[in-house]
Amino acid sequence: MKHPYLAKLLFLLLFVCAGFTGAFAQTGSVSGRVLDEQKQGLPGVTVVVEGASLGNSTNADGTYSIQNVPAGPHTLIISFVGYNTQRQSITVTAGQNTAVPPVTIGENTTLLNEAVVIGYGTQRRQDLTGAVEQISEKQFVKGQVTSPEQLVQGKVAGVQITTAGGAPGASSQILIRGGSSLSASNAPLIVIDGVPVDNTGIAGASNALSLINPNDIESITVLKDASSTAIYGVRASNGVILVTTKKGVVGEALHVTASTQQSIATVAKYADVLSADEFRGLVNTYGTTGQKTLLGSANTDWQREIYRAAYSADNNVSVSGAAGMIPYRASVGYLTQQGILKKNDLNRFTGSLSLSPVLLNGNLRVNLNVKGSWIDNNFSNQGAVGAAVSFDPTQPVRSDEARYAPYGGYYESLDLSGSGNPNTLAIRNPLALINLRRDRSTVKRSIGNLTLDYKLPFVPGLSANVNVGYDVQRGRGTLYVPATAADSYFRGGINNNYSQDLNNYLLEAYGKYERTVGPGKLEFLAGYSYQKFQNRSYVFNDYREDRSIYIPVSLSYTGEDTYLNTNVLLGFYSRLNYNIADKYLFTGTFRADGTSRFNPDHFGYFPSGAFAWRLKGEEFLKNSSAISDLKLRLGYGKTGQQDIGGYYPFLANLTLSTLTAQYQLGDTFYRTLRSDQYNPNITWETTTTYNVGLDYGFLGGRLYGSVDVYKRDTKNLLNFVNIANLSGLSNAGNFNVGSLTNKGVELISNYDVVQGDKLNITINANATYNRNRITKLTNSDSPEDIGQLTGGIAGGTGNTIQVNSIDYPTQSFYVYQQAYNADGQPLEGIYVDRNGDGTITSADRYRYKSARPNWILGGGANASYDNFNLAFTLRANLGNYVYNNVRSQSFYDTSTNGFLVNRNSEVLDSRFTSAQYFSDYYVENASFLRMQNVTLGYNFGDLIKKGTTLNFSFAMQNVFVITNYKGIDPEVIGGIDNAIYPRPRTFTAGLTLGL
Amino acid sequence: MYTTKFIRTLGMLTLAAGLSLASTSCINDLDQVPDYSANAEVVYSDPAQIQQVLARLYATFAISGQTGPSGQPDISGIDEGFSNYLRQYWQLQEITTDEAVLGWQDGNLPAVNQLTWNADNEFVRATYDRIYYEIGLCNEFIRQTSDGNLSSRGISGTDATTVRTYRSEARLIRALCYWHVVDLFGGGPFATEEASIGTNPQYRSRADIFAYVESELRDLDGLETANGGLLAPRAVYARADQAVCWTLLTKLYLNAQVYTGTERYTDAVTYANKVLAAGYQLCTTPSAQYSAYQKLFLADNNSTEARNEIIFPITFDGTRTTGFGGITFLVHAAVGRAIPPASIGINGGWGGIRAKQQLTSILTTNTSTTDTRRAILFTRAQNPNVDTLTAFSSGNLLPKYKNVTSSGAAGSDASGNFPDTDFPMFRLPDVQLMYAEAVLRGGSGGNTATALNYVNAIRSRAGSPALTALTLDNILNERARELYWEGHRRTDLIRFGQYATGYNWAFKGGVRLGRDVDPTRTLFPLPNTDIVANPNLQGHQNPGY
Repeated sequence: MKHPYLAKLLFLLLFVCAGFTGAFAQTGSVSGRVLDEQKQGLPGVTVVVEGASLGNSTNADGTYSIQNVPAGPHTLIISFVGYNTQRQSITVTAGQNTAVPPVTIGENTTLLNEAVVIGYGTQRRQDLTGAVEQISEKQFVKGQVTSPEQLVQGKVAGVQITTAGGAPGASSQILIRGGSSLSASNAPLIVIDGVPVDNTGIAGASNALSLINPNDIESITVLKDASSTAIYGVRASNGVILVTTKKGVVGEALHVTASTQQSIATVAKYADVLSADEFRGLVNTYGTTGQKTLLGSANTDWQREIYRAAYSADNNVSVSGAAGMIPYRASVGYLTQQGILKKNDLNRFTGSLSLSPVLLNGNLRVNLNVKGSWIDNNFSNQGAVGAAVSFDPTQPVRSDEARYAPYGGYYESLDLSGSGNPNTLAIRNPLALINLRRDRSTVKRSIGNLTLDYKLPFVPGLSANVNVGYDVQRGRGTLYVPATAADSYFRGGINNNYSQDLNNYLLEAYGKYERTVGPGKLEFLAGYSYQKFQNRSYVFNDYREDRSIYIPVSLSYTGEDTYLNTNVLLGFYSRLNYNIADKYLFTGTFRADGTSRFNPDHFGYFPSGAFAWRLKGEEFLKNSSAISDLKLRLGYGKTGQQDIGGYYPFLANLTLSTLTAQYQLGDTFYRTLRSDQYNPNITWETTTTYNVGLDYGFLGGRLYGSVDVYKRDTKNLLNFVNIANLSGLSNAGNFNVGSLTNKGVELISNYDVVQGDKLNITINANATYNRNRITKLTNSDSPEDIGQLTGGIAGGTGNTIQVNSIDYPTQSFYVYQQAYNADGQPLEGIYVDRNGDGTITSADRYRYKSARPNWILGGGANASYDNFNLAFTLRANLGNYVYNNVRSQSFYDTSTNGFLVNRNSEVLDSRFTSAQYFSDYYVENASFLRMQNVTLGYNFGDLIKKGTTLNFSFAMQNVFVITNYKGIDPEVIGGIDNAIYPRPRTFTAGLTLGL
Repeated sequence: MYTTKFIRTLGMLTLAAGLSLASTSCINDLDQVPDYSANAEVVYSDPAQIQQVLARLYATFAISGQTGPSGQPDISGIDEGFSNYLRQYWQLQEITTDEAVLGWQDGNLPAVNQLTWNADNEFVRATYDRIYYEIGLCNEFIRQTSDGNLSSRGISGTDATTVRTYRSEARLIRALCYWHVVDLFGGGPFATEEASIGTNPQYRSRADIFAYVESELRDLDGLETANGGLLAPRAVYARADQAVCWTLLTKLYLNAQVYTGTERYTDAVTYANKVLAAGYQLCTTPSAQYSAYQKLFLADNNSTEARNEIIFPITFDGTRTTGFGGITFLVHAAVGRAIPPASIGINGGWGGIRAKQQLTSILTTNTSTTDTRRAILFTRAQNPNVDTLTAFSSGNLLPKYKNVTSSGAAGSDASGNFPDTDFPMFRLPDVQLMYAEAVLRGGSGGNTATALNYVNAIRSRAGSPALTALTLDNILNERARELYWEGHRRTDLIRFGQYATGYNWAFKGGVRLGRDVDPTRTLFPLPNTDIVANPNLQGHQNPGY
């Protein structure tokens, strides 16, 4: 199905309406801005010229302009529901624009009128019909925040943000309402100033989002239910995050802000491994003669050797204001951040420019945003994190013995046969891993867009909006390992480079029509969206240290040294809002979306509908002072998912083998051609969401928040599943198989405990309960089906600890039930015979808990007294379990390959002598409470001169973690803890100067 | 004013340009294809590329995906190198017997050593999946190279004959794989090129698949090379030629009693005779460093006299055919402890495979102390008995496959990871011993004197005294001495009725000294994953699982 006519229609419409307006003589225009008490722009405020039928309402940023005002003195009346009406005297000069100073109007109720960014537009909070949460700058997590998503960690109900570890610029897993997919992506769509960005990841950066400077962000809005996300149909199943950056405003004077933050990060916790003396004791007690002879005499704490106290500085300068009708903001930032792992650091330069002129007498609004960033990463060698946990503590870091000279003087386990070569099975010296490696990258990214919003002069209420944008990323990196490094000794070191380009182009156009129809206000929007993602990867020779070729480059089928993958998304969308007397609100959206990933049936169709009833608007509540707001929301919608990683799952193509996978027949080597697995019928995964919500405000608006209950059913899961042998060209592939359900409750509450002249205290809390359950996994529900094994663990090859099974949560642990003696000591190799057949077989494994938390809690408080303010954020997950893979590798093993492995202190408790990888003994409750940050600030006020600000702040991040989990950190993406890069404890001092 | 006009015009132009772009070209933009691969129409129109696809059919035995040593895997659900075809086939045929133990604690690997596997065993599944993966590739190749497709893609004349020969080879490789199904699993899902992609295959019994393999091989045997039949024996190294077809038929008939309940020893003799007349010769010339027998398993076995003895190799190369299964596994996993890795031509051992004491006993019984097969046993600092499954010190070492040339030089991979050594899947002594066995079991078309000559030729090459008469026991033991660790042992023990009961070895049945297991253990279970994925298999699980 194709719908070109929609676009054509719009095109025609715009052309017809491409009229011109001229300015009349003897009149002028008036423009200005209306602010709330927080000095933020207020949208939707009515501004009229007294005594004349002239007026307008303010836009999203609170600006307004009124045309054709007769010259002379006038009075503006600025009014808005819930605010005190203000009057302002002005004098209009013919043929000129009169800039009115910003007017601040006081709230008389709540922040119901706050402008909330939604898909393709903004809405007053009180008009929202979906589950939408907006976090603005003042609520952001403070301290050293490197990547934007960390600004709202713990702040938004239903959103679980987990960083991969403590490295600067580490990636994050963002799960909104539990995630709706199994094999396909569970990442939300992220839209920055109207540009859906590419977060597939680029070579050289762990986290594509870390290329955005958090200091440029004004607000982050999370769209959670389908009625708000379905307008992004194509990629909306996992929620949408809208990021809005700061902009200049009309009439604003030049304003310069400079800030600096200086941080020290320290290791918060070390893995609990044996000290050298404890380890010697263990080996001497339980070891074989051969093992005892391997013991060294040194005392090395490898973890302390590889970590350090790390220093960071984050400096930002921004300039904003308006040059006539052109408001601007420009900023530059420089971040230099060390990781606590030696040699690990990140340097980031960012710049952003935003211009938002209002032209053609206020009818054409232009928004130009350009952001650029440049990151230099030094990754160090994160393999050292795991090596430091298991490397023999009785060995020295360095040795003068001649046999270690080939390895740069670092102690290494050598071959048992006495050849002097490294033992290829051994763990490598953690310090050598770090010092004999240079792993650097440079990643550049620019995101920009130009938006034109034009009020068409001949049809009142009709406007057209075009948005042209791009998001380009360039990743370049080098890896250098000298031939003396034991881990690359046999191949002669590494001297390689890599490269990747990501290009993402956007074109969007929509028309909007607003008018009064019958008893209410109608707003209709219809648009078209086209986005192209190109991913070009380059292949290079694999070099030795001396730049001699180790493995020559394998050129592509067409003889190129690049591989280009393209994904095109194209959609037609529409939305209808109908507002009857600010009491009954209807929203309907529809999107037809096409993707190049599915062929020939590109298109999927995603409708949604929502209804809200503002009870507060009814007579019986209108005058209630106890209940300041009450709104019931009902929503339903379908959203889609197409992101399965691969680009052409439908295509029956043949792949050429590399030069290292040739085959010899006769005396000739052939690069082979393989027929690849494909699925011509692959299509959309769809999620149906039902949402019931209640927004409330009590105590004159001092206590407010919302409650949402939701159910999300995903069917036709884009799933990587086993297929019947001989039915395809592999044993598994991408198919639309299975369904899963997420059900949950979200609670949000804000309470202004004290509101006074000097003392103000606000507390906020959010809680999410989410249960996720797989309801269908295969096409034939066979009793033999245990489900899809998943969750690979360290120790052995190919061992898995989790399973996705019907009627269980995703990532359930699949383990044996450990048997214990009367003293509570685990019995080695003894498990509970759960099926009672007299023997322990794999049929005795059972599904025990899941990595997914039942409850996600967040909260915090802001207190200010005079010029002081204090804020903190707490986060907690409850009911999440983690397989402690560090502990499960801590058995005392008497078989040796010529080197000793340090153990977790666990070994002293369990006394296991062989691996018990699949025991539930290692599945631990990882519920936790973490103090994410605490900030103390002091505002020096007009210290330098009137109108300037100077703020000092002191922040501490990762203050404490309360948990029973035995590893170093209970928060592990995927629930398998295998020595993660520790999240540091960070102390930050910051100074902000405003001029 | 002019600025206003200019901006307005610019704005409208941008709008217009944007929208016209949107309405015209973009819908077609949804049809995206990669720039680095080709579809069947392109590839199968070019005989040179068809040969690259054929090479891929052979490569499945050696590699695990399209990026060596790992990457772009062929199958999923298990580590690539671990699940390589040769590695898995070898494991099921060897570590389940008295010849070898593999003492790692990877997943359910111990259960394979102990004959306690079940239908969820990932190694059983990997073997099965690799076999069927290869059958699927062959089906696709045969489908694409049908006479109709060849003519419609403009391939004619000698080109067409060449491609028909490729197609015959694909049929032979497919028959080989179906024989692996018959031998390991009995029956199983079955499809040929006539089935279409996307349909679940039906179950076929062991007898049915046996009959199919037999008819395919007999059909191929009857096809002239000039008409697109198989190549003559030894024409091109490593191609599946007529001798491979005959060897496979010999194997099929020798084991027919097990596979179908009906003995076919005369047929076995018939086809063994064809192989024996094809000009293959035992390698008998030792080098300065290595015996003639050892030369069969060295890095240059594709170019020395060893090549004359190999009927069907799986080829490997240290820089061009790389992976973590196949020969890389067979060379590295057998090395550790006191064996200097450099002496094997590699950078380090993996400490995995060892000989069970039962094999040591067979090798040291009825052989000369200088027997060159026995000489490979490495006993220094090893406990000759497998007392611990996981300890590499437990059991003698047996570095049979080496990455050194017959002159002692290391293989071509300077980093010492990937060997050059080719794996001999079929070689002459196997056929000679099959001939002898079929004759002894009553097959006509041969005689015991010739049989004895063959056996003594093998013994003589190794340096052991000649036998004066042959018994079936002699033959089983001689097969172990000559062909140990080459992937024949399980089939042999089953044929001799010594697999499940009556003969025990270390850790058989999960106990140190071994115990009898249920006779159903002579077949592996169909993996549960495939029964779940393919409803047609439900109700067809092998007995005992």
